[in-house]
Amino acid sequence: MSEAQEQVLNIVKKEEMDPKFKYEISKIHGAEKIMLCYQCGTCTADCPVSRFSDFYRPRKIARMIQLGLKDRILSDKDLWLCTTCYTCIDHCPQNVDIAHVVRVLRNLSVKHTNSMPLVFKELANNLMKTGFVYVIPESRRARRAQMGLPPLPKTKPEEIAKLFEITGFAKLFENVETFGRVE
Amino acid sequence: MSEEKPRYLLFLGCVIPYRLSSYEVSARKVLTRLGVELVEMPEYNCCGFPIDPLDHYLALTLAARNLCIAEREKLNILTLCNGCFGTLNKANKTLKEDKEERERINKYLAEFGMEFKGTIEVKHLVHVLAEDVGFEKIKDSVKKPLSSLRVAQHTGCHLVRPKKLIEKDDPENPTLLKELIKLTGAKPLDYMDEAECCGNPIIGVNESIPFQMAKEKLEHIRAVGAQALITVCPFCHMMYDLNQPRIERAFNEKFNIPVLHYPQLLGLAMGFTPEELLLNELRVKPADLLNEFQRGRE
Repeated sequence: MSEAQEQVLNIVKKEEMDPKFKYEISKIHGAEKIMLCYQCGTCTADCPVSRFSDFYRPRKIARMIQLGLKDRILSDKDLWLCTTCYTCIDHCPQNVDIAHVVRVLRNLSVKHTNSMPLVFKELANNLMKTGFVYVIPESRRARRAQMGLPPLPKTKPEEIAKLFEITGFAKLFENVETFGRVE
Repeated sequence: MSEEKPRYLLFLGCVIPYRLSSYEVSARKVLTRLGVELVEMPEYNCCGFPIDPLDHYLALTLAARNLCIAEREKLNILTLCNGCFGTLNKANKTLKEDKEERERINKYLAEFGMEFKGTIEVKHLVHVLAEDVGFEKIKDSVKKPLSSLRVAQHTGCHLVRPKKLIEKDDPENPTLLKELIKLTGAKPLDYMDEAECCGNPIIGVNESIPFQMAKEKLEHIRAVGAQALITVCPFCHMMYDLNQPRIERAFNEKFNIPVLHYPQLLGLAMGFTPEELLLNELRVKPADLLNEFQRGRE
């Protein structure tokens, strides 16, 4: 498909626009200033990922929120391409904290689409079971003594599981679907 | 600077005990030699960083649980990982300054009889070396200056950004690590796009973009003739060391740039042996570097 054809398919339809979306977003901690974005594009120009991606554009993300394209942005897997280098936050002339806006959208996207990248599910699962996001094998633990390192502390996975539960994440996590690569 | 011996709770995080003992071993060696007392952190959990994209408040509570443990132990936290530093420091600042957020998190923590009070500080290895130990003392500890060595540094994002939350170095042109490198006798080189991100945090969802980012950085480092790259974060280190052979294959390139944890570099200058600093555990073997280093000794 040519770029021009793709653009036609991407034309915004009025029914897609939720005028309340930007207000909902700007109530969430980290995304308060989203309406101050005047589309200068500094975030995208200075984004190390945008340099190598044909799709990931922080400016576009900000505009989609302002236009109220809720379904479109919350199901856009490109959200998962932000490395959280925070260059956009440091450079934004309007102090929009754009990387935090992306984090807010990722959080909402997990709920909205009931899905997350497989790698994040694995990390969260390890955390819930062991207290660490990587399962540290017995052999590694044994080697610590040989290297003269003190043993790793005993973790409290039961407390972590409890935190998953009381923050409401455990319920969501139970049946969440996953996806692999984002290209 | 106080005369009292600096004492810190060592927060190891997850990835260092999982696969980067070389960083832990070398950091413990140089810190102990410099008179920093490290206390093992009991019952800690992951800093919360990998959970933030999924559920911000769960991540913040995980970070706060660690902060509460440090408050109970009445000790400041020392991290070796930029990610852990960024996450714990941000949580600490947010919860100290924002009453609403603090009350929300404290409600969760109350389940275990914990309460965030805001009585401790979070520092990264680099800050403890620069602020608590001091440049003078580090310089005095160097027994075998690495004067023939020319290296590049990669400070990493979460040690300096977002600027308003840290304010300890200039994110556009970080100099703290360069100053620390100079103390070892080695020369820190300027190169293009020094402050650029390593790309590692998205490697689990997309390999191609971080590989291109890292390849470009390695090209810039090679262009100035650096004999090694120096890092202070396990994730940045993995991107440039562990993944270097794969990046070389993907782009049909040959870099062969050893990537040392800063305490390995400082440790060599202090007179520790390469074996003691686990230099043999690096993926890209620093053979040429060590040969030259040995020749300088003879």
